[in-house]
Amino acid sequence: MSIRLQNISKHFANTQALEPINLDIHEGELVGLLGPSGSGKTTLLRIIAGLESADRSPQPGKILFGDRDVTNVHVRDRRIGFVFQHYALFRHMSVYDNVAFGLTVMPKKRRPSNGEIRARVFRLLEMVQLQHLANRLPAQLSGGQQQRVSLARALAVEPDVLLLDEPFGALDAKVRQDLRRWLRRLHEELNFTSVFVTHDQEEALELSDRVVVMSNGRIEQIDTPETLYRSPKNRFVFEFLGDVNHLEGKVHQGVLTCGDAHLTVDLPDGDEELLLRPHEVRLAQQPSAESHLPVTVTAISPVGAEVRVELEADWLAKPWLATVRHADFEQLEMRRGQRLFVHPRQWHRFPATESKVTEQSRAA
Amino acid sequence: MRRIGDAPAVRRLLIGAALLLSALFLLLPLVAIFAQAFSQGVMVFWANVSNTFTLHAIGLTLVIALLTIPICLVFGVALAWLVTRFSFPGRRILQTLIDIPFAVSPVVAGLIYLLLYGRNGWIGSWLDTHDIQLMFAWPGILMVTIFVTCPFVARELIPLMQAQGSREEEAAVTLGAGGWTTFRRVTLPNIRWALLYGIILTNARAVGEFGAVSVVAGAIRGKTNTLPLHLEQLYQDYNAVGAFASAALLALIALLTLAAKAGLEWRAARQEAFL
Repeated sequence: MSIRLQNISKHFANTQALEPINLDIHEGELVGLLGPSGSGKTTLLRIIAGLESADRSPQPGKILFGDRDVTNVHVRDRRIGFVFQHYALFRHMSVYDNVAFGLTVMPKKRRPSNGEIRARVFRLLEMVQLQHLANRLPAQLSGGQQQRVSLARALAVEPDVLLLDEPFGALDAKVRQDLRRWLRRLHEELNFTSVFVTHDQEEALELSDRVVVMSNGRIEQIDTPETLYRSPKNRFVFEFLGDVNHLEGKVHQGVLTCGDAHLTVDLPDGDEELLLRPHEVRLAQQPSAESHLPVTVTAISPVGAEVRVELEADWLAKPWLATVRHADFEQLEMRRGQRLFVHPRQWHRFPATESKVTEQSRAA
Repeated sequence: MRRIGDAPAVRRLLIGAALLLSALFLLLPLVAIFAQAFSQGVMVFWANVSNTFTLHAIGLTLVIALLTIPICLVFGVALAWLVTRFSFPGRRILQTLIDIPFAVSPVVAGLIYLLLYGRNGWIGSWLDTHDIQLMFAWPGILMVTIFVTCPFVARELIPLMQAQGSREEEAAVTLGAGGWTTFRRVTLPNIRWALLYGIILTNARAVGEFGAVSVVAGAIRGKTNTLPLHLEQLYQDYNAVGAFASAALLALIALLTLAAKAGLEWRAARQEAFL
């Protein structure tokens, strides 16, 4: 079932939580709402669910599930599944009763027989691999298990759309990774439309078909993870999606200068701020003709596929972060306190006045 | 290694003081009540308890308690629900207003009710023209008892419901449950121990209330005399054994209440440990 939001806005007392928002989510899509805390993403999700109501003035917004206008439909009749950040399992009920709840509260006419409920609950528990824990109470389960129960409970009523509020936020990194993969698989299998909220960019990029980046109650960009990462529309999106290094200076006759550092750029004269991702920072023993950016290595963390190196210099306001391949790391014989030179592979700029994004690549 | 304040002398002194004070101020009076009540034998005790006026007082006290509890229960749950699940202007003031019966002396509460509902009172004079008498009759006793006991249930529930939050109820509603179903199957089981505890406290206070009731009841023997009022009258009449027999009954109710409370706490703790 597709979801269409038209002109949805929300005020809490005098603060605007959401500016008027329009959003189309296609049938079968898995969409992530990504943003820092206070960006309005959870509010938006709760409005879709019907747990919160959108502003009626100045103009009333509209929420459509497929062709069904659900703007004024009560939560219980919207046919949604909602997964809460802290699971919100019924603490006095067994796992089985939790999953069966949605089926047992159906009006008599639609309610399946007891045998059917039992079969359906066990099918769901099998799907989340928890059938052996059916008689446990929620408090006797681990966080990851509780979240799986909560997902099974939401799916039991066969909702039109599945909404997840920071579903993995309270879990540790390893469990989170597993559950993410598992949710992705489940989504491909059952093909329901789902929207989830997260503040973790990695999670959003890994899980979603499309990501909605939000800040201050506004949608900044809606795109597929690849497009989002490659061509962020503005500075906020660029900075939010990963680590960023800043280079501020004055451009004069095609050369950007900042203290004793300088870099040849193809830009008009004036103040400039360039942004670089850590993997766009290449390190070398010598400066090149285009760049003279001396830095000192202050910290090295050789964990994972790449080595993370922290760089400082007196022309830098904040230390830089560079990711270096292990081979390069060894070749440069990097150690703390070493002086090296940065050769930018690529940089980005988001001028405040122009909306156009400039990027410049160099052969590394 | 010894923890701070864990010197044997200090420990013995503190435990000794606690035991001594408890015995002197709590246990001894309780023993004295029963000793006095039975001082002239079981027969005299029984004669005093089975006296018509005493029996009537017991009956009235129990009826008032039985009427008070459901009213306070509904009021307390509704109020706690309102205060913890909704935000509206005046919510904080309402939360403070709940405590008025605790803050006001019961005698003052009784006087206010007399002033309002008495024959010459603001509302009472109007009621009088319609031949309705509330004061110096059982409805008056019920009214002041409700006033004095109404915060107990709400006071027990509000912190608990605040701590539990409304997520489980929201989950129930997203799964299609109606309001009553959500209350019965999700909210009620979560608050049941606090609710029972509130009822026990309400009951204890309803049975034992003296000050407010004494103002509005008029203490007409065999008519508007509750057990605490009856007890006081007997004492004023120099019937020590009779007074202490009634006191023993009240003490017995209190002990039963305490036992029920301890039992509940034990069950709740066991359930917590089980989780």
